[in-house]
Amino acid sequence: MIVTINGATHEVADGTTVAQAVRTLTAATTGVAVALNDEVVIRGAWETTALSDRDRVEVLTAVQGG
Amino acid sequence: MDDLIIAGEKFSSRLIMGTGGAPSLEVLDQALAASGTELTTVAMRRLDPGARGSVLDVLRGRDIKVLPNTAGCFTAGDAVLTARLAREALGTNWVKLEVIADERTLLPDPIETFDAAERLVADGFVVLPYIGDDPALARRLEQAGCAAVMPLGAPIGSGLGIRNPHSIELIVEAAGVPVILDAGIGTASDAALAMELGCDAVLLATAVTRAQRPDLMAAAMKGAVVAGRQARQAGRIPRRRYAEASSPMTA
Repeated sequence: MIVTINGATHEVADGTTVAQAVRTLTAATTGVAVALNDEVVIRGAWETTALSDRDRVEVLTAVQGG
Repeated sequence: MDDLIIAGEKFSSRLIMGTGGAPSLEVLDQALAASGTELTTVAMRRLDPGARGSVLDVLRGRDIKVLPNTAGCFTAGDAVLTARLAREALGTNWVKLEVIADERTLLPDPIETFDAAERLVADGFVVLPYIGDDPALARRLEQAGCAAVMPLGAPIGSGLGIRNPHSIELIVEAAGVPVILDAGIGTASDAALAMELGCDAVLLATAVTRAQRPDLMAAAMKGAVVAGRQARQAGRIPRRRYAEASSPMTA
């Protein structure tokens, strides 16, 4: 299936989780937050939340600004 | 100097720093140290796997409380989602709410800001909204439960100082929550003026981070905020049209 992670499209296996999507970008689990189709996925649910075809995953962190 | 209290939390510094515009994390670190700030904003962006170092490490190293903002958001919906992501990533329910109307002026959109503020207050956030110098909007946001109001002095990054001191005074007079002058500060006298007008704190970034010597300007801002606060509390003399001799003219 096809998912979008931070704007880039990826072909991933069925059953791929949010946690696996995050790990394609970083090993960090603190200071990072995830939105799945514009809804926050709390850290405790990353391992158990499976992605669906066409899902949009946004992985954010704090940067300099403001 | 007396403490600044926002949502029950005490700060001995009345200078809130932003982190945008610094040429490096090292320069930012030195500037933050010189500013004496205890509260500093960060933005939320897509994680860059190639990024070296983190602004969060800098803040942690200086024991500075992090204040996430919603910079880059143009709608209430975007701002609410960004605030929730910041809460999840950073473990704070504080947010500097910033909803921008257009990219040319970066002026805050009052309608979207108010909508987002109501939703975030209802969701348990401590909301500090960035707004124009509008006393009516400031009052409405306070009534909606915001923990402070943050009127601009001038557009973000402009360094134009406080374009409408009268409006800032009107906001201060009516406010029951802290008033934080945000955006437009160019140099130390602007920060001092904000405090003399009665603002409770000043938030600035560019004036320091893009100064030729950021750490020196940060020290200047620290002193200006203290001086302005003291002058406000001291009570300035009235302005007069003509001279008044400070010593007797006749023996």
